[in-house]
Order: sequence, then structure tokens, then C-alpha cells
Amino acid sequence: MIHYEQNQFRLSERATSDATPLDVWRSSGAPLGAIVLVANTANNEDLALAASRASVIVLEFPTFVDGRAYSQARLLRQRYGFKGDLRASGNVLRDQALFMVRCGFSSLDVDGAAKDGYDRALSEFTFYYQSAADNAPPAWRLRADRARAA
Amino acid sequence: MKAVTANRLTDGRVVFLAPDGLWAERLAHAAFFDDASAESVLAQARSRITEIASAYLIEVGEGGSAAGREALRETIRDTGPTVRSDLGKQAGNG
Amino acid sequence: MYRYDELDDTIVRERAAQFRGQVARRLSGELTEEEFKPLRLMNGLYLQLHAYMLRVAIPYGVLNAAQLRRLGHIARTYDKGYGHITTRQNIQFNWPALVDVPDILDQLAEVGMHAIQTSGNCIRNVTTDQYAGATPDEIEDPRIWCEIIRQWSTFHPEFSFLPRKFKIAVTASANDRAAVRVHDIGLRLHRAADGQVGFEVLVGGGLGRTPYIAQTVREFLPKEHLLSYLEAVLRVYNLEGRRDNKYKARIKILVNSEGIDEFRRLVEEEWTSGEGHAADLPREEVERIRRQFDPPAFDRTADDDLAFNEAVAANTSFARWTRTNLAPHKQRGYAIVNVSLKPPGAAPGDITADQLDVVAHLAERYSFNEARATHEQNICLPHVRTRHLLDVWRTLDTHGMATPNIGLASDIIACPGLDYCDLANARSIPIAQRIADAFSDQALAEDVGELKIKISGCINACGHHHVGHIGILGVDKKGEEFYQITLGGSASDDAALGEIIGRSLSSDEAVSAVQQMVHFYRSARQPGERFLDTYRRLGADRFKQLLYGKE
Repeated sequence: MIHYEQNQFRLSERATSDATPLDVWRSSGAPLGAIVLVANTANNEDLALAASRASVIVLEFPTFVDGRAYSQARLLRQRYGFKGDLRASGNVLRDQALFMVRCGFSSLDVDGAAKDGYDRALSEFTFYYQSAADNAPPAWRLRADRARAA
Repeated sequence: MKAVTANRLTDGRVVFLAPDGLWAERLAHAAFFDDASAESVLAQARSRITEIASAYLIEVGEGGSAAGREALRETIRDTGPTVRSDLGKQAGNG
Repeated sequence: MYRYDELDDTIVRERAAQFRGQVARRLSGELTEEEFKPLRLMNGLYLQLHAYMLRVAIPYGVLNAAQLRRLGHIARTYDKGYGHITTRQNIQFNWPALVDVPDILDQLAEVGMHAIQTSGNCIRNVTTDQYAGATPDEIEDPRIWCEIIRQWSTFHPEFSFLPRKFKIAVTASANDRAAVRVHDIGLRLHRAADGQVGFEVLVGGGLGRTPYIAQTVREFLPKEHLLSYLEAVLRVYNLEGRRDNKYKARIKILVNSEGIDEFRRLVEEEWTSGEGHAADLPREEVERIRRQFDPPAFDRTADDDLAFNEAVAANTSFARWTRTNLAPHKQRGYAIVNVSLKPPGAAPGDITADQLDVVAHLAERYSFNEARATHEQNICLPHVRTRHLLDVWRTLDTHGMATPNIGLASDIIACPGLDYCDLANARSIPIAQRIADAFSDQALAEDVGELKIKISGCINACGHHHVGHIGILGVDKKGEEFYQITLGGSASDDAALGEIIGRSLSSDEAVSAVQQMVHFYRSARQPGERFLDTYRRLGADRFKQLLYGKE
């Protein structure tokens, strides 16, 4: 497994083949500690269940323009309190890595060709306007801090 | 008959596959292919991703100008905007 | 206007640097066109008929002199000396080279400009009333909220890969000049019965292949909850919007297939689900932004000007222009000046580098350093002293920007059409020019009065033809250009989609049809009626009969 550590975001060589689709996992009693694959058509009940019992959740980007998993990631982190490894799988470009991290992903399945440039991609922006699932302060909070400090 | 057209990657200008395998700026200098061979020529052209983008086939008539349903569009692509005769390849400042 | 601080500035500079890297990866072949295309679209860069086209953002239409001059510089240096104002208050350049775009973006960033999210399946430029902050008929300045939405939506990590593009417009006036009812989300600032000011939230409007008028998802939303509510709407759309068919992927399709009540239920459920409205801004930040839109230092002793009245009496051309191209200002002694980019013979909405410099000069000297791009493809100078109007008019007139036709028949909205656009079926500019020419007699145009003609070269409706009083849609019939006429559309508070009145017409027939209809209107109208009013009173059948009666 390749680890790439930058703000806890890792590139993983463990493919989604070791993940169990959510329906299968649920019908076998949703055992704790599983690596669960959640389709990007899953509903909120599915997300809540996975968040409460899985140790790794894998979300899908069937094409890199299909952005449903970004919403799912934020819900898993911010509404359902998921603390485990949240992994992105599928078709992604490194240009999307920052969006993924901000939405709460902590690892990314990549094939051999796409490993480069992630550190650059993840540090291309110093400031963000809005809050998301990561800890980065939104611009308005930095402004308020500066105004208070002044 | 068909010709292969695309946009040059660096500046987006309309180009046509020429007989020497390079890209010409005017349809008048384009290579023409019969329908049977056109698809494979197109596939090969599409692989030249550092030279062009958005390659496709166009219909050309006997006189070597754009023909068929898209004739007006392809003529405009070859010459320039009809409302600005001072711009584009028609004016020599493509 | 909003002034960038260090954070705003850093964001656009870093985005320009990011795009430079993406362009390099495309040029080297590391990225295929398929991979690069969504990335370049998110930066407003299209591949069009003749060249790339770069759509530069003009957030809610507002520009200062430095920005205008920079746009002129870019037109001269990297393009062919002109740009085009769009129906979403942006500006387009039709001829930039890909290899130059990183430099263009750097130079835009220097003046606080960018091309972020002017295309792609993300949240686009937020548009508003071009008279914001100057008009007497607004509740408060909608630009405050446009800026708030702009920041929130820029590089929003959750909403950058939506099913399709997403357009938001804001109005704060009973007179909606922002066409909010034909946007994905329309926001109407208004005062509730208890005096509180908040938003009516409308969703699911849009033009294109399947046009819809937006429906109200929430009658009253307190201002402080704007962003969290928008997040709820966007999240429902992101998760539930169709992704199987590009033509069925807008939120209007989702709203209409769920029904507004169910859609509302989904949004309210999402909105009340308990993260405590984290997206909402604290009051300090709202106030920080609000202060940037404080009115400029008007001379509050300014009054109507004797010299102005004398000039009006002495100069019929100037007088006509004051009747057609000015709008009332909330501050006595001031006026809003509309700069017409619809002179006879030109492409509607095009502006040359020299003209951009002229507008910069006028804005700086006469309008508190501010100008606006309008969604009707003109420009306005929002705060001009009455006593300066003659000088402003003379300068505009010298540079071909004083055609007295604002809101009149020759003030046509037209998309670039088949002369420029990869998507088009027919040309739109030539027919716009021919129709404008038919109304080049200024006395005739003024007598006809308000007549909004809108022309699109294809069903994507970038010319907003569905909401034209007369709408014209270019279609392709067996490789030839034909034009379909619709009547009775409106983008305003009385929003309505135009009705098709008969088979499509040749270019000649279409121009003649417009003339016939206007002639009929002039003979049939009642006092005070615009073309649209007469149409509504008499009904489509009268006009069908007029044009197609013998068929």
C-alpha cells in the first residue's frame, strides 16, 4: 500500500475489490469493522448505517464529472459522524483531490499512472471561501480573527 | 468524400488534415478521403492529442468545398464569421 | 463596489497559477482533451467554431475603470480588438490562444478579475439588476447578497460537479430587471407584512430545450439563512438531479418531475437536518460586505440642472437620447446612463477595445468609477450628475455608443449564433442587424416604444428568445437557416414563455414578419399599450392570422 500523507490524505493501492457492497453487508447483519462500498445512489438511511458500523467506507466516482460522492462524503462526516477512513474510488483527476479532502475523504484509490502531483494539487490554494467537512477555516473566519487581532 | 477537420490545440484555429499528414488552415489544402477509409484516418488523427483537439469528419463535394447538411457551418469555419469580413481566414488574419 | 482583500486576491492568483499548470499538462499530452475539457470549462474556456472563446466573469455586472481598461488591453493584445457582453453580464473574447490564456488570467487577476466558473457544471456568475444601488425602486442593494453568494459558490468543494450548470439571479425591486423567474434559483428580496426583509426563493426556472418559469419553494427566507438554504437546494440537486441525459439534467427537470411540494419537502428536510446552518455567515461578515456597497459620496445638494434643460431644448439628438437611454436615479440631480452597444450595423453587444477605454474614462470621471454590464448586452453608468449628461452623451456619441434605442426594437438581444458558436444551428447576428435596420428611423423606434426582441441561434436559448416579446429561434431545416417566431414572452415580473405562432420562416420572411407585426400593433394599439400589451389583449390568433392567414 502506498501511503501519501498530507493532511492525513492517503493514496491507497487497495482497490475497491476488498470492499463489500452495502446491500450485501447489510443483509449479512452489517458486521462491525467492515470495508463497505456505498453506491452514489445510496439514500440517507444507507449512509447513516454505514457511518455507524463500517470502519472504512468507499464512495464512487463512476466518471470524474459525477459529483454525487462529494455530497455523500460531507453527510457521512458532518451529519452521521463517521470517523473512519473515507475512501474515493473510480475515475478521478488529481485536480479534484482538494475538493475531495475538503469534503472529508481521507484516502483515494489510484492506479499507477495517477500518483504524481497530489502534493502540489493539495496545496494549490491557501484560502477557501466556504466551510466544508475539513478543518480549514473559511475566509470569513480568518477575516474576523484578523479584525479582532487588530 | 470526406475531410478531417479539427482545432489546433495551441490557438484553437480550425485546421484540416493535409495530404502530407500535417495540418492545413484552409479546406482548399485538405486531403480528401473516400467514405471507406475516412473513419480510420479520423481515428489516427484523433490520437494526435498534442497537435489538435476535437477532430471529426466533414462532407466535401465535388468541387472540394463543404457539402451536405453542415455545409454552411463548415464554410463558416473555413472562412470566418459572415458578419465580420475583416476577421478570420477570409481576411487573412485567421 | 466590493474591493478585493488579500484573501480574495490570493484566491484568483492561485487559480490562475493552477490553470497554468493544467494548460501545460494538456499541451504536453499528459491530459487528454476529455480530461482537460471539464477543467477548462470550469475556467470559462470553450472551443468554438473559429477558435477558443474565453468567458471572463463580471460578478453581478459590476466593473471599475481599471478593470475596463484591462479588458481593453486583453482585447488588443490577445484577441482581435473587441469583446462581447453576454446575457449573464459577463464578457467573452472570441479569439484567445490556449497558450496565452494563463497570461490573460494573470493579468485579469491583477485587477481582481477571473474566469472562474463561467462555464461547466457548477454554480455560474450570479446576476442582478444592472441598476442596483442606483435605482429608487429597490428595497436594498442586491449586490451585497450577490457578493455573498459569489464567495460561497467559488470552488465550493461539494458543488463543483453538478449534473449540469447552475444559474442564480437576485432582484430587490418590484421591477425585476434580473429575470429571476427564468433562473435555476431566483432570489427576490422583499418586505414581508411584518416589515422584515427576506428572500422569496424560486427554483426551477430556465430556458433552453424545455423552458420553465420558476416556482416558489419558499415564500420568505430570513436573509441570515440564505447560504444554508442554498446549500440544501444544491445538495438535493446534486444527489437527485438526473445525470443520464444532458438535456434532462437541469434542476428545472427535477423540480417538475418531483412536483414543487415534494421538492420543497426534500429541501426543507435537508435544511433542517441539524448541522446548525454552518454555511450561514456571521453578522460581522455580512456587515463587512454590506459596507462595501455603501452609496458613493453623492452631492446631496445636487438638483435638476438648468443647463441640462437648455441643452435638451436646443439639441434634438441629445433630447431623444435623454428620453430613451436614461433611467431615474434615487438621488436627486443624478441619472443612470445606459450605454447602447446596439448601433446600426454592428453585432449586438460587441464592444471594441477603444470603446472599453472610453467607458473606463467616463466611469472614472462621471460615475464614481463604476460601470455595469447588463444582461441585455449593454453597459450602464450608474451615477451620473445631470449637469454632466451632455458631456457624457457627446463622448458616447463620438464613439458609437449613444444610439437612442434602450428597450426599443433595435435594442436586440442576440447570441453569437452560427457565426461564432459551435452549438448553433443558424446565424443570429445577421437577422438581428436586418431587424435593427428596419427600425433605424429613431422617431419610428421611439413611437413603437418598448419592444424586446430576442434571438437565439439554437435551442440552447442563450439569446433568451423564450422571454422576448418577439422571440426568434434559428433552426436548421435540411441545411438551411430558418427562423421560428414566438410571441408574448417576458423575463420580468410578469414572466411568461413566448408562444410559437406558426411554421419557421426564411430570413427574409422573418424580417418582414416583424415589420408586419409592428405595423399591425401600431394600428391596433390602445393608449399606453406596448407591443406586449396589445399582443396579450388581442391574443396569438390575431397574429397567426396576420402572418399565416393565407396558409
